[in-house]
Amino acid sequence: MNPRTLIHAVILGAFCTGFGIVLAATDRATHDQIKQRALEDMQNSLSQVIPPGLHDNNPVKDAIQLTTDGGKTLTVYRAMKDGKVTGVAYQIVGNGYAGPVKLMLGVDPNGHVLGVRATEHHETPGLGDKIDIAKTDWITKFTGRWLGNPPEDKWKVKKDGGVFDQFSGATITPRGVVGAIRKGLLFFAAHKDQMLEVR
Amino acid sequence: MPSYSRIVKDGLWDNNGVFGMILGMCPTMAMTTSATNGLGMGLATAAVMAASSLLVAMFRGYITQEVRIPVYILIVAAMVTLVDMTMNAYMHELYKVLGLFIPLIVSNCLPLARLEAFAAKEPVLPSLADGVFMGIGFTLALTAIGAVREIIGSGTLFADAHLLLGPSFRFLETQVLPHDTGVLVMILPPGGFLATGMLMAAKRLIDLKAGKEIKMAGAHAV
Repeated sequence: MNPRTLIHAVILGAFCTGFGIVLAATDRATHDQIKQRALEDMQNSLSQVIPPGLHDNNPVKDAIQLTTDGGKTLTVYRAMKDGKVTGVAYQIVGNGYAGPVKLMLGVDPNGHVLGVRATEHHETPGLGDKIDIAKTDWITKFTGRWLGNPPEDKWKVKKDGGVFDQFSGATITPRGVVGAIRKGLLFFAAHKDQMLEVR
Repeated sequence: MPSYSRIVKDGLWDNNGVFGMILGMCPTMAMTTSATNGLGMGLATAAVMAASSLLVAMFRGYITQEVRIPVYILIVAAMVTLVDMTMNAYMHELYKVLGLFIPLIVSNCLPLARLEAFAAKEPVLPSLADGVFMGIGFTLALTAIGAVREIIGSGTLFADAHLLLGPSFRFLETQVLPHDTGVLVMILPPGGFLATGMLMAAKRLIDLKAGKEIKMAGAHAV
């Protein structure tokens, strides 16, 4: 091999090894912290949809895995008090204007909504992002409702003949969110026994 | 070697990364929807630029001409990953605001251009100074663009600054225009081009008034 090529290979290899070691060391040093932060984030978003007074356990630790109709695994976080399930929370996904809108839905054992929050979305600032609790309180209007208040065929935005407000200039985002909550409540009704069962 | 005052002037105004060299447009457009976002992105980029300029200047005796580009990219990428992991672990609130955009720094050609044009040829301390002041200039430019877009687009200035800088900076958060009077297009992507263009024109007018020669954009102007 041409000795100059070899030198370049050695130099590049040395830099890669050196920085690789630095990165590996940093990863080792920060790994536990990052895991802890992710757990705190999850508990934070859970505490917004399940009132802390409802449980004396850690819902993240008492989570169960269910299989959705689409064949995917869904983690259901369960709030418990005195050995009984007092609420469950799981992620639901709506079709937004700019890709999926991820939400966390909390439901009590009777199928009433304890709370919903958007956890991840890329909706247009000033229009679709009004679903975010940081912008408006629109999302809180679902708290306390169930399939029956309003009836299932009224779980739509007003424009589609339902009861929920859309935003001026943005219908697609609220439509996606309302639909996702309706489907989330139907999912609860279908899997109620599994979700509330304590082993 | 250029004097330190030259390095400072180049970085902050004359050869400013955004308004002089017109580099790093991807984060400039994407991250300037508010002054706070621009400031945060600028500071993260400045940290990466300072660290990578320092490292390249330290190792410049060992980096041969043929492999310099991969080594530069390696250094910038390693610094970005380092900043990303450290922020995620120890500055988590800030990370939630900026996290998505930190990996974008790797694709920013401003750090790479400064490594090639400056740090590869100059001693360690001036290179560090160049990285720092180019970074600060980039931060000021992004904050200015963000401020223009935020004031016109949402009527606020430095909204959510406490998420980035801590609760003691809440005083920065001001409502400039009445609620819900913003011109939405300034927050959407076209607003990025409009605000950047207007500010770039303003800088050139000021330079013309001062009798300075308007240089064409070039990463190698030192």
